[in-house]
Amino acid sequence: MQNTIEKELQEMALKVREHIVRMSTGGGCFTGASLSAVDLIVYLYSEFLNVNALNLYSPERDYLFLSKGHDVPALYGTLAELGLLQKDRLKNHLSLDDYIYWHPNTRIPGIEFHSGSLGHLPSIAVGVAMDIKISGGDNKVVCILGDGELNEGTCWEAMLVANAYKLDNLIFVVDRNQFQANARTEELIPLEPLADKFEAFGASVKRINGHDFNALSETFNAYPFEQGKVNVIIADTVRGKGLPSIQERADRWFCNFSAHEVEQLLLELHGNHYTQLTSETLVVR
Amino acid sequence: MSYEELLTQTALADEQVIVMTAENRALVRNLPGILGKRFIDTGITEQTMIGAAAGLALRGRTPIVHALAAFLTMRAFEFVRTDLGIAGLPAKLSGFIPGLLSDANGPTHQAIEDVSIMRGIPNMTVFAPADEDDLVKMLPDVWQSPDPAYIRINTRKTTYNHATFEMGKAEVICTGIDVTILTYGLLFEQALIAVDMLKAEGLSVGLVNMRSLKPVDEEAILTVAASSQLLVTLEDHFVTGGLYTIVAEVLLKHQTTAKVLPMALNEKWFRPALLPDVLQHEGFTGKQIAETILGYQTAHQQPEILKPQFAE
Repeated sequence: MQNTIEKELQEMALKVREHIVRMSTGGGCFTGASLSAVDLIVYLYSEFLNVNALNLYSPERDYLFLSKGHDVPALYGTLAELGLLQKDRLKNHLSLDDYIYWHPNTRIPGIEFHSGSLGHLPSIAVGVAMDIKISGGDNKVVCILGDGELNEGTCWEAMLVANAYKLDNLIFVVDRNQFQANARTEELIPLEPLADKFEAFGASVKRINGHDFNALSETFNAYPFEQGKVNVIIADTVRGKGLPSIQERADRWFCNFSAHEVEQLLLELHGNHYTQLTSETLVVR
Repeated sequence: MSYEELLTQTALADEQVIVMTAENRALVRNLPGILGKRFIDTGITEQTMIGAAAGLALRGRTPIVHALAAFLTMRAFEFVRTDLGIAGLPAKLSGFIPGLLSDANGPTHQAIEDVSIMRGIPNMTVFAPADEDDLVKMLPDVWQSPDPAYIRINTRKTTYNHATFEMGKAEVICTGIDVTILTYGLLFEQALIAVDMLKAEGLSVGLVNMRSLKPVDEEAILTVAASSQLLVTLEDHFVTGGLYTIVAEVLLKHQTTAKVLPMALNEKWFRPALLPDVLQHEGFTGKQIAETILGYQTAHQQPEILKPQFAE
């Protein structure tokens, strides 16, 4: 990847993180959960997927399914930076005047399907990938999964079916930030050795640093990894990436900061000192 | 025409139709060879099949989806509600061996709350054919509709020749002043027998086939409520949430009332056995229905009840 492109992506990711911090007040959002997926989503929409304002509803477009619905602030921010969603609308977060709420919905241009209930979009992505195969298209289908989401049996059902139907046009990406909602995955429901599990289900698997744009570019561009095999990318990420004061903390999955804290965190994003957080974290599901 | 013949004909005429099953091929045995890639068997994965059907529907397809009614409506319930209901996608759910048609399978296979839970989903339409003739008469309209649909599949053959299907309309078989039986599905067969027996006892008897449960024919319900002394809701379903509830809702919505006798499964699964014995044990033979309505024993003979074709 050219240095200029990498720099542009990093700048966009920083802006998306700013949007997320701004959405983490007045009701809050899944701040920690979504920050881990920012680089992934920014890369996919900016570089990999053939999705833009002109082809949003065309059957020729590529598809991104955000099964880990808690990542949606990262998607709102990315869509806003790309001009698919008016930036002004982000101010309507959680307002009855708009449809920018805690989980994805298709009233937001660029969002392919609603999610929130976990383990649903793998099978929907399978259906779309099946139809592309039947129709003879060459569109790509990407489905982002949370690692905690992998507790849901339907993720594995969909993997079996994707294998049976040789869906090499489908890429599952696991946002492997090591956390379930309220606990570390390896302490609650251990997933490792994760790559082996996917391989045992018939997938072709690559594991990368999910914050490294060069690694993302190199890996996604190697798709399909093997003819006739569903692709899985395990993207190792950090919950709360970019905000050291909430990073890798189980209790900062969902955050609802005070306006003052938001200002402090925006400074922290740009490399200033850690912020002293006093707002209580809401743990909800 | 059989269900499978109609499905084959429809799928061959319309490239957008995809036939799916979660490893339940009783109704679609001949289709894999005919439809090729447009026949999709996802294995024993009702939930994933529903999600994949939603994905296919997103791309403009009409998936016609097969599984046992109990698993299609309950194991996959949240997928039906979330992936099809919220999105309003036109997948068509063929629920096999619903109600008493699961006869000897036991309670795991009994779909006797399916009407209740499916009609509770916004956007979902619900149909319950009396027999195969009724089924093949309704399916062309149901499959062409833009809405998701649940069909309580009933492929039993009877000699009754049903009227043309109209979405949201009941089929009025006959009208009567003393009593009107409202029913759907398998028990239509027995209701016909009950009607004959009641008529032989001197009663003026009506019968309505409530084939379209959602949208429901409110006018037909209000008409018989006004013209009959007694309404009987007859269904192989829990008394809660099915036709008895629908009738109650319609009457209350229109601020009217009627004398209604519910004949349904009351807070219990039915006793598994072969269908003729189940009907007898649960009091759903035509003769028993007539006797329940009359309140005394008749001298009539119950005609033989045919055993079902499938034992899945």
